[in-house]
Amino acid sequence: MVSAKILFMSEAYLFCAFVLLFSVSAGLVLILLGKGRVERLLVLQLLGTSTVAVVLLLAQSLKLPGLRDLALVLGLLACIVALAFIRYGCLDSGSGGEKQ
Amino acid sequence: MIDFLGWLLIGLGIIFFLSGTLALLRFPDLNTRLHALTKADNLGLGLVILGLALHPGSLTIALKLFLIWLLVTLASASIAHLIARSALTAKHRLEDEL
Repeated sequence: MVSAKILFMSEAYLFCAFVLLFSVSAGLVLILLGKGRVERLLVLQLLGTSTVAVVLLLAQSLKLPGLRDLALVLGLLACIVALAFIRYGCLDSGSGGEKQ
Repeated sequence: MIDFLGWLLIGLGIIFFLSGTLALLRFPDLNTRLHALTKADNLGLGLVILGLALHPGSLTIALKLFLIWLLVTLASASIAHLIARSALTAKHRLEDEL
């Protein structure tokens, strides 16, 4: 009875992770269809935040505590990518289709 | 009871994530998108992490989850401001050139 409950919980975590991945893949459409670099950077930020949540859910579901460290690194990396984009002025040309 | 509360929070967090993605797809310009994306996503992540922290029953894991949440929230808030400022200066430079 107890083990059945634990099994149900780990599958429910997996389901939540799947829903989040679906949401991210809907955002990835915007990378394909988007007009400017800023939009794509925004999708990247969305991807970073959602990936942290997905990896944390997977850590809980698969009983792999190491994945929590991975989530920490992914959160840091998403931030650094955006910083590099801004620092080296990659956003200057093509800022969100606002050009006339 | 606490399990149920945790699932409730995770479900709410996922709803916020979905609405954030929907906002990114549907909103017209950069500022509204930035606004929707940063708030909805960070709230979603916060709720998911709070729900997860209620489940394992170990204080160490809950503390680690809290630290991850703190890092992502701080980073994402500052990045949102940097993107907005960078896009604004780029727009002004474009207007000066015209």
